[in-house]
Amino acid sequence: QTYLFQYTFAVTPAHIKRLYKRFQALDKGNKGYLSPQDFGSVKELATNPIGDRIIGAFFSQGQETVDFHSFVRILAHFRPLDKNRAKRPDSPEPINSRISKLRFAFQLYDQDNDGKISRDELLQVLRTMLEMQVTEEQLESIADRTIQEADLDGDNAISFDEFRKSLEKVNIEHKMSSRFLH
Amino acid sequence: MQMGKLFKRNCYAVFLIFLVVHASWGYVSNGNQSGTEDETESEQEQNLPVFTLNYSRIQMPLEITLWILLASFAKIGFNVYERITIWIPETCLLIGVGLIVGAIMHSVQERPPAVLTSRVFFLYILPPLVLDSGYFMPIRPFIENIGTVLWVAVVGTLWNSIGVGLSLYAVCCIDFFGVRDISVQENLLFASIISAVDPVAVLSIFEDLSVNEQLYIVALGECLFSDAVTVVLYDMFTFLAGMPKVESRDVFLGMTRFLVVGVGGLLLGVLFGFVAAFTTRFTSKVSEIEPLFAFMYSYLAYLVADMLSTSSIMAIVTCALTMKYYVEENVAQNSCTTIRHVIKMLATLSETVIFLFLGVVTVTTEHQWNWGYMLFTLLFAFVWRALGVVVLMHVINPFRTIGFNYKDQFSLTYGGLRGAISFALVFLLPQTIVWRRLFLTATVTIIIFTVFIQGISIRPLIQFINVRKTNWKLESINVEIHVRAMEHTVVGIEDICAQWSHHYWKDKLQKFNDRFIRWILIRDNQPESSIVSLYKKLELQNVMDILEPPAVGDSLSPETPNQEESASKLKKKFLASDLRNMHNLLSKNMYKIRQRTVSYTSKHALPDETRTREILMRRHASLHRSLRGVGEQHKNLATTQRYFSLPAQRRWEHTSASKRYPISGNFGAEVELDHSLASPRSRLLRRSTSLGARNLGACRDMAANAGIAAVKDHRGRHGARRTSRPGSSQSRPPYPCPARQHHLQDPVNNSNNRMEASDNGMWSPLL
Repeated sequence: QTYLFQYTFAVTPAHIKRLYKRFQALDKGNKGYLSPQDFGSVKELATNPIGDRIIGAFFSQGQETVDFHSFVRILAHFRPLDKNRAKRPDSPEPINSRISKLRFAFQLYDQDNDGKISRDELLQVLRTMLEMQVTEEQLESIADRTIQEADLDGDNAISFDEFRKSLEKVNIEHKMSSRFLH
Repeated sequence: MQMGKLFKRNCYAVFLIFLVVHASWGYVSNGNQSGTEDETESEQEQNLPVFTLNYSRIQMPLEITLWILLASFAKIGFNVYERITIWIPETCLLIGVGLIVGAIMHSVQERPPAVLTSRVFFLYILPPLVLDSGYFMPIRPFIENIGTVLWVAVVGTLWNSIGVGLSLYAVCCIDFFGVRDISVQENLLFASIISAVDPVAVLSIFEDLSVNEQLYIVALGECLFSDAVTVVLYDMFTFLAGMPKVESRDVFLGMTRFLVVGVGGLLLGVLFGFVAAFTTRFTSKVSEIEPLFAFMYSYLAYLVADMLSTSSIMAIVTCALTMKYYVEENVAQNSCTTIRHVIKMLATLSETVIFLFLGVVTVTTEHQWNWGYMLFTLLFAFVWRALGVVVLMHVINPFRTIGFNYKDQFSLTYGGLRGAISFALVFLLPQTIVWRRLFLTATVTIIIFTVFIQGISIRPLIQFINVRKTNWKLESINVEIHVRAMEHTVVGIEDICAQWSHHYWKDKLQKFNDRFIRWILIRDNQPESSIVSLYKKLELQNVMDILEPPAVGDSLSPETPNQEESASKLKKKFLASDLRNMHNLLSKNMYKIRQRTVSYTSKHALPDETRTREILMRRHASLHRSLRGVGEQHKNLATTQRYFSLPAQRRWEHTSASKRYPISGNFGAEVELDHSLASPRSRLLRRSTSLGARNLGACRDMAANAGIAAVKDHRGRHGARRTSRPGSSQSRPPYPCPARQHHLQDPVNNSNNRMEASDNGMWSPLL
């Protein structure tokens, strides 16, 4: 089983063991899968402005449980990129590539999965990330500006390509990596 | 401006008071004599004295009290203008005030009160300082980096002392500077005194600028352990300085003694920490004196370690570290708050007193100035520190997962300010040292130099270095928002994975801790819940109960007017000033990434938990709103919505009083309720929960600010209760993320839209 993980996600066996231990620790009641309440027991997530969206990312459309495979799959997004990996033209995009990371971040905004970040979705995220002292008008103008900057085809929403373009100067590989999965 | 006037008035008042007091000291002490003569005369005449001035009896306490009051006034004065403390570290201001007071005293020919003796310092002033550093040390990052911290602190201080000492000796050998007869031991002694690093001022700057965690924890740990090492070295070298000749055997003995002292102190501290934790297990009936146990055990550790000639600083620090985790779980919330507040108070007081003293002594004592020695001291201190940091980091970088780059090393070097301990140690040099005055002057010089020049300039320097790394001019609003969101994401993922438990030994220690130690040391029936988390849990239950897929409703209509609006707004031009404002707004108001080294370490402030409280409150409010949004469909439940917590609570209250309450079995067993109905706390619980419910329910109808303010107030009052959680540096109740989760995962999009609709509709009145 670990071999499968290793191959698919390029996660080392030591990491897998650790993650499995953590999976078991989170899985109260030993059900073999995680439910939203299990994530809720991670205290620090409560104080994360986008904590609930992060949890939502683990549960793919319509599902209410996360098994270990999906758990690792999501976490594998955050592996630092290996620079020395030879590029094989026909291999699938590795899960921790820049594009995958960007897609993960995009999905945090795009909750209804229509492939675009609408103004409302953006406003929602902005609201959670900003303190209460910001007024609604200011929030709206920031959201408008954001869309204006990124929106290239004029549909008043940010598609994935536009998202990607707006972040092309940012070192995503560094920002969206967690060193413990190194 | 009113603030300015207040400030000025304070200053005048303080100075006036002090001037008057000091000027009258002289008169009064003289007057006392004549007073007694009058008494004897009047006794002879057998008349009852109506009014006498009896100064000598209360002189000592009065002087101490006045000094402490002066120090506190100074602190009030600084904090009137917030800007000042950002740019000028508080230690600078304290020394400044000390200098002014010293000038005043000098002008009235008054000597500083002779309270700062060796005994007073080591027994009363130093322990609170060190206890503060030890108690508020964030444990997890500390243990992760403990190797580096010890390496840099211990070896670094040794390196500094020996290096500076020997170089100064080399300088002394040169006849030109006229200090030929300072021996090696005396030089080493002096060097050890000035190698005690006290980057307290720098730590708050580091934190403001959000430097990386590793640098922060190394600076913090270095501050602490270099104090310990310095005191040990000081003792050793004082002893050696008294000896006429030093043999190599003595050096070897010295090193062994060093080890014994360090390890002995550590073990002693751990022992006392466990005993303290064990004691607090039984103090549930005497919660008023619980803080006393914490303090007395720490102080006891300090004294016993001193008696056994081990490092008392290490003992008290390790005692505080071990004690904190268990004691905070055992004691009542009030005691916990008391402990923290008192520690902060005493520590601030000690530090303030020392720096004030520094200022006063600088002006009032006669100095012995020697240009060569001074300059070389400054030079060598800086050079050796820089070398030390670079070399040591270079050695330890391969062993670390995250290395220190040159910028970190520079920050650490430049942040090596000298502080209170150096001054106190040099002030207390025995009179047998001939060149005592010279050392005093040199130490004061180096302290003032580092604190003022390095302390003030480090902030712009660090900002400057950082700015070079990221090119902010090209960033757009988009990037700012998305990058911050990504950072939050990574932090969240790391929390989910609990990335810090990946060392084998740490895991074992954790298991051992969980099974045995907690069983022994933690009170069984001590529930520890916060009102808000309880409330949320109950709400969550309700949500789970009543949640059904809502009917397809008017979900799409709110969208269209928005689109029209935004289409028109899109044409709005954004001026450059608008953009600047946006950038400012974002950078100031976006929630910062949760860092594990939270603001526990500023000597001048307690941790600030308003932001996290705010996040939780908003979620709570939106959860409540969504609840009502769903509940509207079920009219029969709508009326009970507001007060549902009450019936539920009553229901819950009737369950057995001393069992743990497993809320639907799925949540972590960390929510335990205080079932002791007799205690005032549960009464408060009841009252405030209902108030909270009523407030939030009323938010919808009331004017926004009043509602939020009331809720905030309420939270604020009970914020203190929520602050203790074992182990983690922040204490947050488990949040029912699953509630929203459930909403979001509903395959029917309409539920989302409906929530958004209620969000949109609801939000404006709340703002």
